[in-house]
Amino acid sequence: MTDISVNSVSSEKNAARIRLAQRIALRFGLYAMLLVFALYYLMPLFVMLTTSLKSLDEIRTGSLLSLPRDIDFTSWATAWSGACTGIQCDGLQPFFWNSVLLSVPAVFLSTLLGAVNGYVLAQWRFKGSNILFALMLFGCFIPFQVVILPMAIVLGKLQLAGTIGGLVLVHVVYGIGFTTLFFRNFYVTVPQELVKAAKVDGAGFFRIFYSIFLPISPPIIVVTVIWQFTQIWNDFLFGVSFSQAGTQPITVALNNIVNSTTGVKEYNVDMAAAIIAALPTLIVYVVAGKYFIRGLTAGSVKG
Amino acid sequence: MTEWLEKHAPKMVLAPSFIAILVFVYGFIGWTAYVSFTRSKLLPKYDLKGTIQYERLADSPRFEVALTNLAIFGVLFILFATIIGLTLAILLDQKIRTEGPLRTIYLYPMALSFIVTGTAWKWILNPGLGIESVMHDLGWTDFAFNWLVDPNLAIYTVVIAGVWQSSGFVMALFLAGLRSVDNEVIRAAMVDGVSTPRIYMSIIIPSMAPIFLSAFIVLSHLAIKSFDLVIALTGGGPGYATDMPATFMYAMAFSRGDIGQAASSATVMMVIVTAIIVPYLYSELRPRHD
Amino acid sequence: MTETTQSILSIENLDKSFGAVKILKDINVSIEPGEFLVLVGPSGCGKSTLLNCIAGLEESTAGDINIGGRSMIGVAPKDRDIAMVFQSYALYPTMTVGKNITFGMKVRGTPEAEQQAKLNEVATLLQIDHLLDRKPSQLSGGQRQRVAMGRALVRDPQLFLFDEPLSNLDAKLRVEMRTEIKRLHQTLGASIVYVTHDQIEAMTLATKIVVMKDGVIQQVGTPNEIYNHPANMFVADFMGSPSMNLIPAQATSSGNSTQISIARAAGDELVLNFDREISGLNGSGSKEVILGLRPENITDPLSIVAQSGQLADCQIDVVEPAGSDTFVVTSLGGKQVTARLRADAEVMAGQSASLAFDLTKASVFEPDSGARIA
Ligand SMILES: Nc1ncnc2c1ncn2[C@@H]1O[C@H](COP(=O)(O)OP(=O)(O)OP(=O)(O)O)[C@@H](O)[C@H]1O
Ligand SMILES: [Mg+2]
Repeated sequence: MTDISVNSVSSEKNAARIRLAQRIALRFGLYAMLLVFALYYLMPLFVMLTTSLKSLDEIRTGSLLSLPRDIDFTSWATAWSGACTGIQCDGLQPFFWNSVLLSVPAVFLSTLLGAVNGYVLAQWRFKGSNILFALMLFGCFIPFQVVILPMAIVLGKLQLAGTIGGLVLVHVVYGIGFTTLFFRNFYVTVPQELVKAAKVDGAGFFRIFYSIFLPISPPIIVVTVIWQFTQIWNDFLFGVSFSQAGTQPITVALNNIVNSTTGVKEYNVDMAAAIIAALPTLIVYVVAGKYFIRGLTAGSVKG
Repeated sequence: MTEWLEKHAPKMVLAPSFIAILVFVYGFIGWTAYVSFTRSKLLPKYDLKGTIQYERLADSPRFEVALTNLAIFGVLFILFATIIGLTLAILLDQKIRTEGPLRTIYLYPMALSFIVTGTAWKWILNPGLGIESVMHDLGWTDFAFNWLVDPNLAIYTVVIAGVWQSSGFVMALFLAGLRSVDNEVIRAAMVDGVSTPRIYMSIIIPSMAPIFLSAFIVLSHLAIKSFDLVIALTGGGPGYATDMPATFMYAMAFSRGDIGQAASSATVMMVIVTAIIVPYLYSELRPRHD
Repeated sequence: MTETTQSILSIENLDKSFGAVKILKDINVSIEPGEFLVLVGPSGCGKSTLLNCIAGLEESTAGDINIGGRSMIGVAPKDRDIAMVFQSYALYPTMTVGKNITFGMKVRGTPEAEQQAKLNEVATLLQIDHLLDRKPSQLSGGQRQRVAMGRALVRDPQLFLFDEPLSNLDAKLRVEMRTEIKRLHQTLGASIVYVTHDQIEAMTLATKIVVMKDGVIQQVGTPNEIYNHPANMFVADFMGSPSMNLIPAQATSSGNSTQISIARAAGDELVLNFDREISGLNGSGSKEVILGLRPENITDPLSIVAQSGQLADCQIDVVEPAGSDTFVVTSLGGKQVTARLRADAEVMAGQSASLAFDLTKASVFEPDSGARIA
């Protein structure tokens, strides 16, 4: 009798041990898979970075995935100030500043307009305001090809063709839909009684906006600014359609460097240029990833 | 006077944006649609000439390639991005200790410009020095990878790069969805002895239908607009093997000087997008009865 | 402004529609200075809408609202000399308690010194002096409630409007704040319109109650009138807890006595004498009626209030001891009828007990229209 009980205890212990081993194996497999995916996502960045630090010789003879033998920053210098974008050979630098000059006012204006629009659409609804919102929202989803031709003509008429001002206008107009959506969805969660209380307190439309709504808005302002900055900095279609040699944004210049046919193909310079072009939005992403993700998901879920 | 101002302030504040949208979105769409029914060539003409541009589009082998590519790219891109995104989300949902950093890694491509993505993958996939040479170094000397320059396969490189860039985003969507599933239901199922895979298959995933819809909308929207990625990765080539409606339209408008074809192809894109987006927006904005 | 009374508030023939839906129908109410008017009614009946119309936060569709004898047509909320306390408190989330209270004065350009003086006065009155530098998110529910009241009190308006100010508090705090509001009303002598759907709040606070249903006023009266002489079955049912028993019955008049008979489950009838006149029942005749009898008018025979009662044996279905009283449920006229007995009454479920019916305070209603007929 004692025998049997000892036996069953030990077999139970065994079973527990097996279950534990299975669990550990499962966890291990899980982490391994996650790691493989991480490597897959990191690989292009790794290749860009290592390639940009190699000499052309090493690139030709070495392997794509190898670390650079000696670190060489000359291709970065070339990408920044010497690479050719067509006939011009000043590197990315002037275009980098074009992009800055373009995104700062465009981000500011579209965020500001989005904030007041969202405030009206969430808290000061009037007859038909929901339809206005739907019409504005639809504007976010159109393929921009459908507006490019008339836009080019109108920019020409406004004397803005090929100017940074013209690009700012374009980005503001086609950014309003999203910025309005962000702010509207944020302000909709504020109880209507807040506005009523402020009205009874004697505050008007603008006063309520800057005394009560603006102070609660920093999170959504950050989300919107990041979203707009990423969109505008990374834009290519508007840049390539509405700019000229001196006013091109950095994405267009990068594409030109990569596709420029003069001289030897300098892969390391291409990669350095790509990283430079990506750096501002990457930094924003690393610093404020939480808000970046919130913008992405807010932009896709719910109207 | 100030009373009047106060009363109409909301509408007046909204007016500039709304007028801008009215002109720059709806007016322009109207203009493009109108011009697509004219004989416009280098310059826009305004006398209606029927559906000639659409007949030309229908006859154009290049546009046919563009539409086929859009179909191939759209289906594969949406499919793989969704599968990978959902897989990652489920894997990450298993109380992973390093979830934060991993999520950051999976999602960073979304912060990049498609031009950067295209540039990087163009280099990685290039036939001489890219993946091919890695395989050769690993001892697989007859490995050949020339999709980038093969007219029949080049479109798949666009899929690879596109999925790489967007699947992390789909993961973020699904992860948010997984986290919002009612915990009580899951606990109840666990108590009932339902296995984890079964819980996912029969409880969690079916409850995320709205997320699938959102992901589908965003991805299809990205697919139709895909312009930058094609330009940077293949330039639409070899030949026009990787053309998409977006690049076709651009080529017609800016290098071929054929405004009629540009306008009509843009209108076709618009129609496709509208067919997907309008029902979606309608269902999202419809007042809910609770 | 048709008539010049000294009413603080008078509402005349007010209509309000949202689109095609009529929310308020022909509302007429007025209150005198110092009155505490409570608007009660079920959820969605239009109480908040009426309050918003008084505040000028919603425009009325027809009719007029006078505050302090002045017509309010086209007058903005800020110029109506009112203050309002909201259900969600509506405290400005980024401002401190002090700033919340002084915001209105700041907007109006009141001198800084006066703002401070008023703030201190109100803070002392409400015992929130120590909270002035906190943000609303750092306050408890009851404290938020006080701040919201403080914001209204600094205005020192002609008329206070309260929209369900206690409904977000837990039961204990609600009773405390109820007393506090009553005390404030008495010390300040303020005129108040107060919305609630809690009929106990209405009974304890009001000097005048307005009962609403579906945008129509059902009855206006003192708490006593509303409780003892409900104008119709809706008011009878809505006010009082547990609510009034509404028992289908047959009224028969024979010369100068009236009998009310109620069918019982056993097949027999309970016949009670009724000593008032039932309108529509003239001379001799018979009529279907609804007898309205509050639980406290059906008691045990030993109870002191049972003196004028008529005794009858009833089958007891359920016994619910409630501490100070014992409620029992029996079945009369096919309805569950609640009676309120002494706590130590000896009754048991399933047995029968003698109950005393006091019909002096009973109401009688017309079954179809629900209107009071006695
Ligand atoms: N802005 C509006 N547009 C359309 N209908 C509205 C609006 N505001 C309120 N209503 C409707 O008017 C009716 C009355 O609403 P109100 O808020 O006045 O009810 P209430 O009596 O205060 O209810 P509660 O006790 O739940 O607060 C409701 O049916 C509501 O749906
Ligand atoms: Mg209400």
